Amino acid sequence: MLEIKNLHVKLEEQDKVILKGVNLTVETGKVHAIMGPNGSGKSTLSYVLSGRDGYEVTDGSALLDGEELLEMEPEARAAAGLFLAFQYPVEIPGVGNMTFLRTAVNAQRKARGQEELSAGEFLKVVREKAKTLKIDAEMLKRPVNVGFSGGEKKRNEILQMAMLEPTMCILDETDSGLDVDAMRLVADGVNALRDGKRSFLVITHYQRLLDHIKPDVVHIMADGRIIQTGGPELALVVEQNGYAEILKAHGIAEAV
Amino acid sequence: MSAVEKATPLDARLGALTIPAGSFAAKARRAALERLTAMGLPGRRDEYWRWTKAAELNAADPVAAAPFMVEETPVFDSFDRLKIVFRDGVFDAAASDPLDLEGIEITRLAEAPELGWAAGFYGSLEEAGQTPVKRPFAALNTAAATDGVLIRVTGRPSKPVSLIYFHESDISDPILHNCVKLEPGAELTLLENGPAGARFNKVLEVDVAEGARFHHVRAQGRDHDRRAITHIFARVAERGLFKSFTLTANGVLTRNECVITLAGDNAVAHVAGAALGDGATSDFHHDDTVFITHDALNGESRQVFKKVLKHGAVGVFQGKILVKPGAQKTDGYQISQALLLDDDSQFLGKPELEIYADDVKCSHGSTTGALDETALFYLRSRGVPVEEARALLVLSFLADAIDEIEDAALKDEIVARLEAWLARHRG
Ligand SMILES: Nc1ncnc2c1ncn2[C@@H]1O[C@H](COP(=O)(O)OP(=O)(O)O)[C@@H](O)[C@H]1O
Ligand SMILES: [Mg+2]
Repeated sequence: MLEIKNLHVKLEEQDKVILKGVNLTVETGKVHAIMGPNGSGKSTLSYVLSGRDGYEVTDGSALLDGEELLEMEPEARAAAGLFLAFQYPVEIPGVGNMTFLRTAVNAQRKARGQEELSAGEFLKVVREKAKTLKIDAEMLKRPVNVGFSGGEKKRNEILQMAMLEPTMCILDETDSGLDVDAMRLVADGVNALRDGKRSFLVITHYQRLLDHIKPDVVHIMADGRIIQTGGPELALVVEQNGYAEILKAHGIAEAV
Repeated sequence: MSAVEKATPLDARLGALTIPAGSFAAKARRAALERLTAMGLPGRRDEYWRWTKAAELNAADPVAAAPFMVEETPVFDSFDRLKIVFRDGVFDAAASDPLDLEGIEITRLAEAPELGWAAGFYGSLEEAGQTPVKRPFAALNTAAATDGVLIRVTGRPSKPVSLIYFHESDISDPILHNCVKLEPGAELTLLENGPAGARFNKVLEVDVAEGARFHHVRAQGRDHDRRAITHIFARVAERGLFKSFTLTANGVLTRNECVITLAGDNAVAHVAGAALGDGATSDFHHDDTVFITHDALNGESRQVFKKVLKHGAVGVFQGKILVKPGAQKTDGYQISQALLLDDDSQFLGKPELEIYADDVKCSHGSTTGALDETALFYLRSRGVPVEEARALLVLSFLADAIDEIEDAALKDEIVARLEAWLARHRG
């Protein structure tokens, strides 16, 4: 369970406040969606939760299964079960995708006091999971995300998620830049991980991903706050009417 | 400047040396001494020594340097190889293997009274390499080297020849000169490791005949306080292949010069280096100076140099590709890159191309950068601890240089050394 309370965040190097009191609880096993216009602070929320530098938390807390995430190093948050599928997956020239995956899996196993996977075991699991995501052997050999298409990068994120088996998955616009087929692959990958114990926070700009990954709860974020919360029908309202009305109802100018 | 003034440092340097007499090399030594006397030692205004101070290499006596004792299996230890051991420049017969191996003839320089093939060879590539840039320490080496190995490769020996240079005395000042002559179609892997002395002057001359292949992997010692000036002179004949990789970790002062001529058509020469410097306990200054001459058709040369610098470490790269008239279809590539792990470290790079043929493909690049913070965060967000993530990124930075080692086992050995160094130099 992820409990975000009154989270205020500003940029470290500038006097710019981005999150202005976010309250959000994702119960164990549930899928929550966050929708919102560009610039509302969705990516910032996901980065702050995963521990990226450059932000200053001025107030609030974020508990993962009762533990304060905001005081942990990024790697400790990952070991505690948090995973962020990046909006813009990072290219790492010179590091093979396979090496990257094995290093990550074994680092987390080590942090949790589990034995490292042997090369053989690891290979078997990766191949199996890669296959369902239509990630070929060639992609596993190449340097992390280098020369990958937009869709390949996003599928690679889901592969990492599948390998790391986190308990709290945040997906930041994993649908952006995907065609219908790629989106279905990604959604199937996510749905395969829905087991009633794992929680998801699905950040998206559009409703269409939510046709494939059915959320339990939908939040609308604007100007650094959650301004409205509802069921899956809220996503449909946004789809049909856009954000204008909701923003207006909350007294927020559209060009945030 | 008067002639007397100019001669002083060289006189002092020569005064501290005993030039071995006699043997087949006597003539070459005399000629080298004449060359050296004519050119003098590098001065402060010497353009080629602008970024690296020659004073400590010029001095009559070396700066004392304690050997660095470590509990670590020496590099290449697990390899099946023919070992030739020098301690502070003195041959250690007991620690060395018998110098015989099928397909190869090995003689020690100090023990070669008459050696037909070496008589005209010793010092010849060094002499040729004095044009157009003077390399006084190499001439000094040819004149004064006390030992080294003379290797003639006629076949394809079953294992590498491994030169091991121990450093035990605080004030040792060895001068070693190695010659390798590969006959047509022959192939050799030469390994070198160890700091050799407080101050080490070493020359390696390599003649690669038609279709011969030479692989060189060197790990310069882990000593923090050592100083070294080394030269490689190579000539590559038609379809010959020359490949050299150097790992340098630590060292107050290292200058590695490499002078290669692609003399025959379709020759290939690759020279690469990975240097790791942490100036926290001792200074670190590392200089790669490379000069590659294309003097035949369709030659391929690659220079790949990477340096990882922290705590005030300094890296220097001077690399040149000279394409002579008529050396058409030359493919010359050069990259030098530094990864600065903090703000006090420094990289000075001087890439040069000089091309006198019109149908060639030559490129060079030089970059200086910091660790990619975004990539670092990405790795950490996947649960990789920060130091492990840093090490992975540093290794990925070095990958292109390490990939120049053809043999997979040797490559793994070098990567293991790099990983160990990174683990010892965290933060
Ligand atoms: N590192 C940064 N530097 C400057 N502005 C930033 C930075 N990170 C976020 N912002 C600003 O904060 C606001 C929220 O951005 P972001 O979290 O990316 O929104 P979203 O993901 O909802 O589109 C935007 O106005 C964006 O420009
Ligand atoms: Mg965003």
